[in-house]
Amino acid sequence: MQVAPPTTHTPETQTQLFRYVLQLADTSLILAHRLSEWCGHGPILEQDLALANIALDFLGEARSYYQYAAELEGQGRTEDDLAYLRSAVEYRNPLLVEQPNGDFAATIVRQFIYDTFHYHLLQQLQAGPDTQLAAIAEKSVKEAAYHLKWSSEWIIRLGDGTEESRRRVEQAIASLWRYAGELTTPNATEKELQAAGLVPDYAAMLPQMEAHVARVFEEATLPVPQGVFMQKGGKDGRHTEHLGYLLTELQYMQRTYPGLTW
Amino acid sequence: MVATQAPTEELIWQLLEEVSDPEVPVLSILDLGIVRAVRLEDEMVHVTITPTYSGCPAMNTIATDIRLRLLAEGITQLTIHNQLSPAWTTDWMTPAGRAKLEEYGIAPPVDGTATGHLLNLFGQDTAVRCPLCKSEHTHLVSQFGSTACKASYQCDDCQEPFDYFKCH
Repeated sequence: MQVAPPTTHTPETQTQLFRYVLQLADTSLILAHRLSEWCGHGPILEQDLALANIALDFLGEARSYYQYAAELEGQGRTEDDLAYLRSAVEYRNPLLVEQPNGDFAATIVRQFIYDTFHYHLLQQLQAGPDTQLAAIAEKSVKEAAYHLKWSSEWIIRLGDGTEESRRRVEQAIASLWRYAGELTTPNATEKELQAAGLVPDYAAMLPQMEAHVARVFEEATLPVPQGVFMQKGGKDGRHTEHLGYLLTELQYMQRTYPGLTW
Repeated sequence: MVATQAPTEELIWQLLEEVSDPEVPVLSILDLGIVRAVRLEDEMVHVTITPTYSGCPAMNTIATDIRLRLLAEGITQLTIHNQLSPAWTTDWMTPAGRAKLEEYGIAPPVDGTATGHLLNLFGQDTAVRCPLCKSEHTHLVSQFGSTACKASYQCDDCQEPFDYFKCH
């Protein structure tokens, strides 16, 4: 039972779409991996579970994107080939998600920045013209809403909490906010797909995203950072040093024992 | 065991009723509402299932369990399809499934609140009934629980901590 037939694209668009879907896949996978590093180290049991649950949601989303990317590419590569056999310069995730976990406040700030973008992006993608991308977004947007609620509540709790929690969350904002801008700054692939109507116009998403950030930060008694110089490059394969180390661990088994299966 | 006659759709549905959710064994996959379609095409049986959560690790197990159950009746020609859209919601869980869930000690999703995609940031959470003492005097401990589909709650009357199959 197929609800809507798969969308057909011109070969050029299909190549661009492959790159974009791969970028989404890499982003979800890298963030899933970072979150999974908390497993067994969470500050309390419930939050350890929350982090592992969120990691699992992102991993599931990443798999859907990788499967679709493999199909779009049509070269016989599988989801596993794409995840395990590409090097850091071939990864297309934005810099934000590869940043190390740091303390709990840093993980929360990284998550809040990404969740805010993710939730609003999926809202748009689920109504987009590509049926497969829309189906994945429709599935994941419900999970993204839970994530955003969780990270927003933690920003409030940490910002309006103790002197210590406030100091830590302020420090995390100061070191991570510079990676927020890349999320809504389209690269060449995104620009072409935006022109084709397949990727939402990020500029049009910004007012809602900013309103959400303002509301949460106000509740948290934190000032919204202004005039921050934004770093970018991850979406074009120019990464911070952290990604290589992460991939070394993530890809260890396939690199050491090529073709290994369960 | 070898089937003496060609399987019917009705038989397949009956067999699927016997396949349980690996994480909540008291529920069949039909109670859970994750079987989308059963179709017979020539000799081939097509079963379409849908994940509850994107990363639900039970999906592979469920697919294997379906295969094994059908194999036991001699049905070998089987294709299992995964379908994402329209996305599964807790509203698809059957009334029988909800009753079984509560009896098992997991609070079933509160009817008609499967609107997780609408961000209700500071809104009031829905009252969840304690599956043990049936009090609605309960509080949320964590939005995330023992599996991706559950949240942790505690009853303020009998003090029992319990899982809530969260709305989605």
